[in-house]
Amino acid sequence: MTAGARVGVITFPGTLDDVDAARAVRYAGGEPVGLWHDDADLRGVDAVIVPGGFSYGDYLRAGAIAARSPVMGPVVEAGRSGLPVLGICNGFQILCEAGLLPGALVRNQGLRFVCREVGLRVEAETAWTSSFTVGQEIRVPLKSGEGRYVADAATLDALEGEGRVVFRYTAPAANGALRDIAGVSSADGRVVGLMPHPEHAIDTLTGPSADGLGLFTSVLAAALSTAAG
Amino acid sequence: MTEVHEFHATRVPCPPPGNLDGVARVIVDVLPKAEILDPQGQAVARAMGRLGVTGVADVRQGKHFELEVDDTVGDAELEDIAATLLANPVIEEWVVRRVS
Repeated sequence: MTAGARVGVITFPGTLDDVDAARAVRYAGGEPVGLWHDDADLRGVDAVIVPGGFSYGDYLRAGAIAARSPVMGPVVEAGRSGLPVLGICNGFQILCEAGLLPGALVRNQGLRFVCREVGLRVEAETAWTSSFTVGQEIRVPLKSGEGRYVADAATLDALEGEGRVVFRYTAPAANGALRDIAGVSSADGRVVGLMPHPEHAIDTLTGPSADGLGLFTSVLAAALSTAAG
Repeated sequence: MTEVHEFHATRVPCPPPGNLDGVARVIVDVLPKAEILDPQGQAVARAMGRLGVTGVADVRQGKHFELEVDDTVGDAELEDIAATLLANPVIEEWVVRRVS
């Protein structure tokens, strides 16, 4: 266990899942640190989680306003320098809008808001997935109206070729995500975004599984190895 | 995109042109790229069919912005505003025009 690793959890106006994200960090043995959208720095955290919700009411585009908020300046800068950053759902949309991750999330095919438990296959080892084995299947909830991952074919080919498709739906994606992509990473594997919600699946009392906890234990290990290195 | 833009120009009531205080009106129209699935536009097209409207082959739904800018804002800056905030270049295309 990596006691002392501090993981920032950002709250924007309209964020919903910051409390569960902080709880997941605590379950994994880390210390959650609340960050506010208006903060100018990251308070020295070892990693950052951009949680789900409807930041700024999804005005303009989902995640578009949040991506330009004050706290995202240091998040983008640190993320490009290797700080582990995880975007969940709206957080994934924000990281794409901020340019930390390629592609975009658009309205679900069929227009339905999808709220169900889904199977994901872990396909890459990253700062957020080292607790899993590549090929492992996990079950976590998906709850989003704009979760259809899109990018041009060249970008998708590059992501596949570079092993940056981190999570893929095990059944055809109900949201129509291209190539059933549920989550992707930066080139260095430190920044990860995914539409489903691992923070809602850390305890079988309150979620469909405890599979999601693996993301949070992974990043604590990554933070420790960075500190030791 | 040009055809769509002209269509909008004839159907959307344009704001009054820039006034005497150096304020210009700028319109930015944003549409999903042709290759991006637009389920909202498709739903609108299907609703037309239910209303008995015929002959509408396709609908694409986008956004229309009206900006008031002073004369310190040049065309390059307007393009930058459109490309970095009003539109997402990954999924959308846009047209910027000044109303004069």
